[in-house]
Amino acid sequence: MIGKETTAGRATKFTFLGLWLVFSLFPLYWITITSLKAPGDIFTFPIAYWPERFSLENYQGLFGTADFGTYLVNSLVVATVAGVVATAISTLSAYVLARFEFRTKSALLMAALVTQMIPSFIALGPLYLLMTDLRLVDNRLGLILVYIAVCVPFCTVMLRGFFANVPDALEEAAMIDGLSRFGALVRVLLPVMRPGIVAAFIFNFVNCWNELFLSVTLMNSDENKTVPTALNGFISSFNIDWGSMSAAAVLTILPTMVLFAFASRHIVQGLTSGAVKG
Amino acid sequence: MSTTSTSGDRKAPPVRKGGAPPGRGTAGRRKREFTTRRGLVIAAFMAPAAVFVAVFTYYPMIAGSQMAFRNWNLTDLTDTSWVGLKNFRDVFTDPAWSTVLDNTVLWVVGSIVPQLVIGFAIALWLRRRFRFRGLYQALIFFPWAISGFLIGILFRWLFNSEFGVVNDLLQRAGLIDEPIAWLADPRTAMIAVLVANVWYGVTFFAIMILAALQSVPDELYEAAALDGASRTRTLFQITIPYIRVTLALTVLLRVIWIFNFPDLIFGMTGGGPNNETHIVTTWMIKITQQGDYGKASALGLLVVAILLVFAVFFLLATRERGTATHGAKKRGVRA
Repeated sequence: MIGKETTAGRATKFTFLGLWLVFSLFPLYWITITSLKAPGDIFTFPIAYWPERFSLENYQGLFGTADFGTYLVNSLVVATVAGVVATAISTLSAYVLARFEFRTKSALLMAALVTQMIPSFIALGPLYLLMTDLRLVDNRLGLILVYIAVCVPFCTVMLRGFFANVPDALEEAAMIDGLSRFGALVRVLLPVMRPGIVAAFIFNFVNCWNELFLSVTLMNSDENKTVPTALNGFISSFNIDWGSMSAAAVLTILPTMVLFAFASRHIVQGLTSGAVKG
Repeated sequence: MSTTSTSGDRKAPPVRKGGAPPGRGTAGRRKREFTTRRGLVIAAFMAPAAVFVAVFTYYPMIAGSQMAFRNWNLTDLTDTSWVGLKNFRDVFTDPAWSTVLDNTVLWVVGSIVPQLVIGFAIALWLRRRFRFRGLYQALIFFPWAISGFLIGILFRWLFNSEFGVVNDLLQRAGLIDEPIAWLADPRTAMIAVLVANVWYGVTFFAIMILAALQSVPDELYEAAALDGASRTRTLFQITIPYIRVTLALTVLLRVIWIFNFPDLIFGMTGGGPNNETHIVTTWMIKITQQGDYGKASALGLLVVAILLVFAVFFLLATRERGTATHGAKKRGVRA
């Protein structure tokens, strides 16, 4: 595999890698091109792979007739707050799980993993009833609280891996210098781990930004809808308006794509660390 | 995305740059000196995470599990009596059940196999450095930023019967004469959702396998090359056995994850046409939306049971094969 490469081997390799790249990017290209066509041009033959004229009409429609701005703001607020709080909380739990040995530790890790294995939809019904009791249905704060709980287990496991890569002599020294444990964590460890923490936040943010089923279950009124819930409304109607749908899809994908481009290296590290034991 | 991690089962994290092994030594000393204080620190740091997960994840999950044995329908909440296994009987006698089960198996196997094969190939091809490799990896990583639901929508548009590009390209290539109504026929609709899921999932396998491949020592390949082993032989006798554990773990986690992944089908076909592309979890969502929480919970518990049985068998099978090749190797050495 790693030995010398023949010319034919190289040609095969780059052909296949090239084909896969085209296949990977084409759907994204296509939804973008569709969104930039005038609504009438989307449904014409022959299908134009590069439109003769570009138009922002679909986007204008989203913010004019549909209230897409509100949905974007809702998603932004919910995903940012939930992402920040979940990252902060997970930093604390991950720190303890990385640095201390205690009896319930493996049970806690197991509890975190179980949340990832069980289909979360089993909890949808009871969660709705619980949120009704707490008067948090159709409420952005309610959705934020639920999203924090969704993010915390995986985020903890991911951050624990990052903590393990930082020698604990670092905070030992800080504590000898008179800082409390919390002080050492915040003032000494966190700056060192910043890339990992940013990656964890981005991962949380993207997951909340994309989440559909909880949001559909808990948010009823139009003014509280998040973007995925609104998109779900677009397909529930009998005929899908592909013009506004494609524009909405592009607006939903774009921010997450930018964030992933920044953090992909660290997210990959978080995903693969520990998996590779040879 | 968040549902997959292999990091959790790590016992001894690798330490970089010669730092001391984390925890252990110093923690042990601290344990003797400030036991109470140490307990308080642990409790205080763990508390926020524990409270959130307990209230908003575990409580509803446990409450949901017991609903499986009760009559619990939103249309009539006056009677929530215990009904034993009635909800499970309702699932098994539902005419949709066998279709749902078939679809789920097809969905899992038909997604995993191509994802694994293509992902493996890409990882092997990415192993050697080339110019723009980093950029290439970043670009094929893009599908990962998109939610399963939106991917469903994207491919719904690509597979559109009238104005979809899939039909257009196939017609231009002369492979079909008439446009196919992909999502109107359950069989072609299943093919379409599988294509979408393969598009989405290959990257994950490529990333995990590439990371594992980079852990295979070069000496092994050098030795194999000296012995004149062919590429295929090197692949099957050195590379694959060496990364066996990672492969098995990745496949296991992906199976569980894909089993629990209704988003894509939900966005692409909504379980249609005529409820014939439902998998267990999309069906479960539909039943939840109809208000029959009891039946939906029974279905959820069935999923957990199926996955548990699968996980046990899978782990046993991969372990056995592991010891078998190990034994063969030993015998080979002795002979």
